[in-house]
Amino acid sequence: MEPIQEYEEETALELPAEPMRLNMGPAHPAMHGTIRMILDLDGEIIKEVDVQPGYLHRGFEKSCERGTWAQVYPYADRLNYVSPMLNNVGFSLAVEKLLEIEVPERCKIYRVILGELARITDHLTCNGAMAMELGAFTPFLWCIKVRDWIWDILEQETGARMTHSFGRIGGMAKPPTDQLKTTVRDILPQIDKLMAETEGTLVRNRIFIDRLQGVGVLSKELALSIGVTGPMLRGCGIDYDVRKANPYSGYETYDFEIPIGHDGDTYDRFMVRMEEIRQSCRILEQAIERLPDHGPINVDDPRIILPSKTDVYETIEGTIAHFKLVMEGVKPPPGAVYSYTEGGNGELGFYIVSDGSGTPYRVRCRPPCFINLMAAAPMIRGGMIADIVPTFGSVNMIGGECDR
Amino acid sequence: MSQKVLARLKARFGEAILAAESFRGDDEALVAPDNWLAAARYLRDDAECAMNHFIDLTIVDYPEREPATPRFDVLLFVRSLGKNHRVRLKTRVRDGEGVDTLTGLWEGANWTEREAYDMFGVKFLGHPDLRRILMYEEFVGYPLRKDYPIGKTQPLIPYREVAPSKLAPFGADEGQPYGRIDWLARMAGRNLQVSPAIGVQQGQRPALSVDTEDLAQPRKPNGN
Repeated sequence: MEPIQEYEEETALELPAEPMRLNMGPAHPAMHGTIRMILDLDGEIIKEVDVQPGYLHRGFEKSCERGTWAQVYPYADRLNYVSPMLNNVGFSLAVEKLLEIEVPERCKIYRVILGELARITDHLTCNGAMAMELGAFTPFLWCIKVRDWIWDILEQETGARMTHSFGRIGGMAKPPTDQLKTTVRDILPQIDKLMAETEGTLVRNRIFIDRLQGVGVLSKELALSIGVTGPMLRGCGIDYDVRKANPYSGYETYDFEIPIGHDGDTYDRFMVRMEEIRQSCRILEQAIERLPDHGPINVDDPRIILPSKTDVYETIEGTIAHFKLVMEGVKPPPGAVYSYTEGGNGELGFYIVSDGSGTPYRVRCRPPCFINLMAAAPMIRGGMIADIVPTFGSVNMIGGECDR
Repeated sequence: MSQKVLARLKARFGEAILAAESFRGDDEALVAPDNWLAAARYLRDDAECAMNHFIDLTIVDYPEREPATPRFDVLLFVRSLGKNHRVRLKTRVRDGEGVDTLTGLWEGANWTEREAYDMFGVKFLGHPDLRRILMYEEFVGYPLRKDYPIGKTQPLIPYREVAPSKLAPFGADEGQPYGRIDWLARMAGRNLQVSPAIGVQQGQRPALSVDTEDLAQPRKPNGN
């Protein structure tokens, strides 16, 4: 046997030292939606990352300029497609701000109920997917089971599970069904049970904590400078929630709290979302108590709301109003407004410009995911590849909203 | 909104604030492109404005205003975390002119300016990495401009030229494997229900990509 020293000479084999470029491409199981990341790696450590969104760009803003204001709703649904009701409500509020109308009280409560249900589905999806990618497949299925029950409620109300286009300018498409109160009251204890089970499985699990705590840390100053909002910002410790800071739709009358984190790491974001599900359930309990069984859902204005079918078929005014609303659309006065609500991922804003005709001139969606995604690169840099998975999962990048 | 921010801007910049209005509760101030960076910096650094939370940066295109007024409205949306107030800052640029980047003030301007450049073609001077973000690099043109036609596609791999009769069936016949099903013929006993490949093999039907008259000719490659 030759002595070992022979292998310590200068001419011995050397391992390559320049960073390796790896493409974590758009079609990747851990890249929710479609995001491409070009990573420069030194072993497992990420030296540099270039996050490239845009693979789901469908031209939302350009498509809105083709039809009428009411024809934006199917597009708006498909923005943040895990919580479409929040997008619908956000857009309705924007046009209503421009028109200076306010919807009846019953509609506000109904919007809160459906909106909070959508928010719960959003957070369930995010947390469940994040857990699954770390290897915890069972809590993911529990979350999806409950999400499916919530989608059953939405199907009962709107007719569709996910992209239901239920919002309308000046109200909602249909009034609440008679079963809404019972089904929501039945599902709240199911959500509590799920929360207890999931937390019992994950939150104090050694592996889960090791993979999430201290990983993907985002500082407050950087978060504010980037414009991060939503659970990501609240995970850093800043208590900004549009529902509390600039309430809309009656949120100031509900009793709920804003969970915030300490360190800005992935574990905090996970826990903020878990706690927000509980707070949403709290709001749902209060809203269901308050929802009146009778009363108008829509604003009483024939220039904005379609007349009832009996009026359309039996009166000439109804026919004409229906015709003009469908062919020409609602005509908000010329001007531009920016209206913002708390979407599933943060401040979902719509900057709409109207030129007085029935066609939108510009519908800009301020996408919380796109702006939150800017924080992904600083959070990932310096970590390992395996850290990308939970960090990126906690950003909750929904492709439809990021790229529009 | 309280309009306090507009008042502070007017006090600081005077004539440089070309317009300041509040519409439906939104405060908006218009500046010339030369004052864009200074006004934005004042909004962030002034203790009373304290706009430390970046919200959005976007562009609206008004081509009919030309040549009297520049066509692009560049809009900055910012808010203050501590004071909970907001403002919109606006400036106007023409096609080909650039406007200063705000990435030095707020990190959020990085991707939002890239998207504005991608969609409208307005250059942000001094941006560290101004390239397309939503569209692919080979894309030509700026899609959100009003003069970009909505139906125009720029496929990287050109679409095949196919005669309409040979396109996949839509409507009631959709989902059928290849050609249109001739129900009358099928019910009359001809052209039995076999998969198209077997039908071709057994001589019951010609291959769909070639007309029977062209069987003698060599098949031309797609697109020619």
